[in-house]
Amino acid sequence: MTAVLWQMVQVVLVVALAPLVTGWVRWVKARLNGRRGASPWQPYRDFYRLLQKEAVVAHSASWVFRAAPYITFASVWLAACIIPTFTTNIFLAPAADLIALVALLAIGRFWTALAGMDVGTAFGGLGASREMMIASLAEPAMLMVSFSLSLVSGTTQPAQIVAFVLTGEIGIEVSLGLALAALFMVAIAENGRIPIDNPATHLELTMVHEAMVLEYSGRHLAMVEAAQMVRLTLFMALIACLFAPWGMAMPGAGPVGVTVGMLAFLAKMFILATALAWFETAIAKMRVFRYADFLGGALLLGLLATIFLYVSEAV
Amino acid sequence: MAQQFSYDLAHLIGATVLMAGMGLLYQRRLFAVLNTFAFQAVALAAAAAWQAHVQHAPHLYATAAIALIFKAIAVPLALHWLVERLGIHRTVETALSIGWTMIVGVALVALSIMLVLPVTAKAAALTRESLSIAMSVVLLGMLMMITRRNAVTQVVGFMALENGLILAAVSAKGMPLVVEISIAFSVLVAMTVFGIFFFRIRERFDTLDLNYLETYRGDRQ
Repeated sequence: MTAVLWQMVQVVLVVALAPLVTGWVRWVKARLNGRRGASPWQPYRDFYRLLQKEAVVAHSASWVFRAAPYITFASVWLAACIIPTFTTNIFLAPAADLIALVALLAIGRFWTALAGMDVGTAFGGLGASREMMIASLAEPAMLMVSFSLSLVSGTTQPAQIVAFVLTGEIGIEVSLGLALAALFMVAIAENGRIPIDNPATHLELTMVHEAMVLEYSGRHLAMVEAAQMVRLTLFMALIACLFAPWGMAMPGAGPVGVTVGMLAFLAKMFILATALAWFETAIAKMRVFRYADFLGGALLLGLLATIFLYVSEAV
Repeated sequence: MAQQFSYDLAHLIGATVLMAGMGLLYQRRLFAVLNTFAFQAVALAAAAAWQAHVQHAPHLYATAAIALIFKAIAVPLALHWLVERLGIHRTVETALSIGWTMIVGVALVALSIMLVLPVTAKAAALTRESLSIAMSVVLLGMLMMITRRNAVTQVVGFMALENGLILAAVSAKGMPLVVEISIAFSVLVAMTVFGIFFFRIRERFDTLDLNYLETYRGDRQ
């Protein structure tokens, strides 16, 4: 019963928190760049404004264009709901699986790319082709990370990995460090952050995600942006859940444990968002032709993590 | 428990050295290569210091200090100075694309693990893993020397290779200090000789791309 309750809390939490995380990243970036920056609460105001506005749809758009924002948002939201954030005692935890997670994210990406091509503008097609290129490189790396994690812990369910790490059977493991680095690189690519894509740009040559969603307005745009924000929160929660699960409430924990878990989760998100803003400020955007090197590097890191796992096994 | 921890940490630092070796292959800018090399030397110094602590071998602290002063500070600074002085083209010129180099690099890591683990079946676990990591670092250094055209990056490859040797040396028990000091100084001497060579090569051919030298080899005539 409590599992259903905490699941409900999480369903609301990820959506409620996502705009704040993005707003916080933007604010910290602005401060680091020496600008004043909009308040971290600005994304909420943006949503309110977008929902008031009329949605303009191109003449050539089909139903795909109208449905895509909702499908994308729904798949990303579902993916964010199955990752343990503040407690592993959530209703959908047994259904959660790292490979299912990759598939859910792929569904969202697929529909966004379809919508980008649907209207038939040049930018949409260009963005979709680039997004698919990034996805085809990022997905194997993400799966490789899942494999090395599941080889360590013997499961692909995040909740059980958390339980495994929290029992302290595991020391400092080189493979985990490598997998963490690989997952960071994949997360940057999947969320379209610098150095792969610049979320704030509208320059034709460099935009990837923005190019696909250029035609959207009103409530559709709100959905697209919300999906993007939830995806960022999802990846941060995933990194926190797999590599730093300390403080998370286990099944059977009372209200105190859950409160501690919630505070720990908020603290982790705060740290990760600040670190992301700092990283994005410190680094420059990469040329499109170098994506393969960057994400190939992530894949090879995942591969090395697996290789080192066998070294530790053999010794 | 304490032994497990010291083992894990040694493993982690060794892997950091190895990752820096992979990083050297990934970089495209000359200065980034030099910075990565300096980072690798710092990690090497940390590995040596940690081994000194674990093995209760104070002379390894001297090794750590040598690695830190010479390889993390002196050599990168000298190479920086050389690159600026010679006005070398700042991008790394490769004979093999970066992606392929990385793939070959991972294959080499797997190869050295497969080679070292069966051969050293009787040695202690710590020695075995460190040896396999050290051998990977050596092979990656060689790979870097093979796949880079510019003389400066080839020298960095050579130094990275030497880092791997030191890593192997500190993880094996009972390496005498005299040997390490002489290695460190021979590296400095090599550095000086390389520096003079850079100037000579460039005076002669107006470039540090060693491809141009091939036409001057006798066997092509």
